[in-house]
Amino acid sequence: MNMASLRRLRGLLRKEFLQIWRDPSSLAIAFLLPAVLLFLFGYGVSLDASNVPLALVVQRPSALAASFTGAFEQSPFFRPQRFLTIQEAERAMTNREVQGIVWLPSDFDRRAVSGGNSPIGVFVNGVDTNNARIVEGYVQQVWAGWLAAQAAVAGRPAPLPIAVQPQVRFNPAVKSRDFLVPGLIAMIMTLSGALLTALVIAREWERGTMEALMVTRVTVREILLAKLIPYFLLGMGGMAASVAIGVFLFEVPLRGSLWALTATSALFMLAALGMGLLISSFARNQFVAAQIAIIATFLPAFILSGFVFDINSMPWIVQVITHVVAARYFVAILQSTFLAGDVWSVILPNAAALIVMAAIFLGAARALARKRLD
Amino acid sequence: MWRQVLALIVKELLAVLRDAKSRSVLIAPPLIQLMVFGYAATYDLDHVPMAIYDEDSSQASRDLVAHFLGAPTFRLVAMLHSGQPIDALIDSREVALALVIDRRFTRDLLTGQPAPVQAIVDGRNSNTALLIEGYANTILSDFSTAWAVAHGGLRPPAVLDIRARYNPTLSSHWFFVPSIVALLTQIVTLLVVALSVARERETGTFDQLLVTPLRPIDILLGKGLPGVLIGLIEASVIIVAAVWWFEVPLRGGLLPLYLGLLIFVIAVTGMGLMISALAATQQQALLGVFLFMVPSIILSGFATPIANMPDWVQDLTLVNPMRYFLVIVRGVFLEGASLSSLASQYWPMAAIGAASLVAAAWLFRSRVT
Repeated sequence: MNMASLRRLRGLLRKEFLQIWRDPSSLAIAFLLPAVLLFLFGYGVSLDASNVPLALVVQRPSALAASFTGAFEQSPFFRPQRFLTIQEAERAMTNREVQGIVWLPSDFDRRAVSGGNSPIGVFVNGVDTNNARIVEGYVQQVWAGWLAAQAAVAGRPAPLPIAVQPQVRFNPAVKSRDFLVPGLIAMIMTLSGALLTALVIAREWERGTMEALMVTRVTVREILLAKLIPYFLLGMGGMAASVAIGVFLFEVPLRGSLWALTATSALFMLAALGMGLLISSFARNQFVAAQIAIIATFLPAFILSGFVFDINSMPWIVQVITHVVAARYFVAILQSTFLAGDVWSVILPNAAALIVMAAIFLGAARALARKRLD
Repeated sequence: MWRQVLALIVKELLAVLRDAKSRSVLIAPPLIQLMVFGYAATYDLDHVPMAIYDEDSSQASRDLVAHFLGAPTFRLVAMLHSGQPIDALIDSREVALALVIDRRFTRDLLTGQPAPVQAIVDGRNSNTALLIEGYANTILSDFSTAWAVAHGGLRPPAVLDIRARYNPTLSSHWFFVPSIVALLTQIVTLLVVALSVARERETGTFDQLLVTPLRPIDILLGKGLPGVLIGLIEASVIIVAAVWWFEVPLRGGLLPLYLGLLIFVIAVTGMGLMISALAATQQQALLGVFLFMVPSIILSGFATPIANMPDWVQDLTLVNPMRYFLVIVRGVFLEGASLSSLASQYWPMAAIGAASLVAAAWLFRSRVT
């Protein structure tokens, strides 16, 4: 790059910055949008069920039954409601007033005393499968605790001879927010990055200023660089704001180093901006561009990135498809740098993938832009 | 008057459907998304990679290992001979669960002490961690009770008999595929409606429309009804695919489903028209679509339950039509819900639809004059 080219680039950059400064909409997309969305979603998105409304049906009250149901009343997971008959409880479940039913039949006591294995009916609403599984887990916990307490009172050995010592690494309290906020940051930055660039190039075309630029001596590379640099800086600013919100407001631990986070964010930002540039130089019709932007950015970053849905559990063909989603690599990096630290065996391969994606998007955007300018 | 509105509707439909690119964007992407997301959106765990370190290496511990190997949920990646590699395996995400059977395992089992088994889980995905813990606990307690009975222990006084209603195998697909009807219908309808007025504004034909004898309310109808129509057709295609391809049971009637769908599509159209009336260019409209759509999907109960949100966010979701339609579509598909049990979902959506249409009409009028 010679002096003349540098001078032209500086001129273009000055123009871009002035435009950004005078039209606050890109500043809003870069800073306001991520901040507002992260604030809203950080509070709104949670997989921790608590105060689950639960129907308790005790058909023949007794001390044993009371000791069992008492365990539910003390549990923070449940908000138990008493019903006299199983029919009433079923009706409440049909009307979505309770998520589950725990039913002690009338022969509960008799069978518990004579021989044991007295069945306790547990019905959960299986529509929301994940919630149903979590509720099942909670009920099992309550039951196991009750069994141990009963055995201790009677002075018998524990009824379950194995003592499981669960140990959840990186997130001992199993708070879903610590897991979801890093993924949210990746999703929001995908959106903001693609929107920033998808809109600006289209705007030049629309106003006819792209043609005006073309008749000057400015090269395609300089135009693209002049678009990329300011929005890259804006995007990194938005990223920094998001990380600050995550760490200070939502108190997600940041165990990795700041420079690893910055370096990988820069790679991701290049890929996201490259995708935006590609979309805006590819689609001639804005209706199509809008559809592509949604198909290519928001929904994949939401569903295919590993942000909520575990990629390992998807069918292999879908797992293959997730490899073209840039957010996938960034989610993996962010979840590790926030919760586990600088795990190079996770960061390096994913960073390499981001470099490849950024190169492909930017290269393709450049190739397409050249064709259209000629 | 109605003939003119009809003509406008036909013109709108032609504008969207005549262009090959726009047309293909309406048909292919939603179907592809349905296929990919229908399979991708799952909380089920399958073949979770695990490592086992059996310090005890006895008959009992090998029995326990066999219990894990026999479960389809887990896939053994490494049989360890020391505890050392566990940290690295978990860090690099090669395994999500490491099971350590303590040296004292058999001795404690035989002497009636609680026999220690350590389950180390990767907590980076907290939801998966909880589910893995749950599965591992189930296997361990199955083994426990079997062992206790075989060795003359006491049977526990009571056991749980857990059943899931409406979705006995707790298949995630049954939960998510009907929800995708709501997701994709909302996106397509919003885009068709929100960009239509802005497109006319940009090409200058909106002014031509204004000098015709059509009243603003007629223009509103002409712009809104094509969106409703396209939304209904789109949803029907996805419903058919959900039933025939994904084999999700459709237990309720078509009437409660389509009544909900109609109100939902009208409410979304109202939102789209509001965005359309506010936006001067297609870019602004696109931005408006994003700003409405992203929160409305994330805070709809699609992936994370509304009941888990703090109260002020739950209050915000009350103006989100998708929140109600998700309950309807899941209710009709899985619970076989009736019109009366869904009434509490219909009327808020209808109110949102009415309010947004009135607001859009008012915005149109104030923009026109």
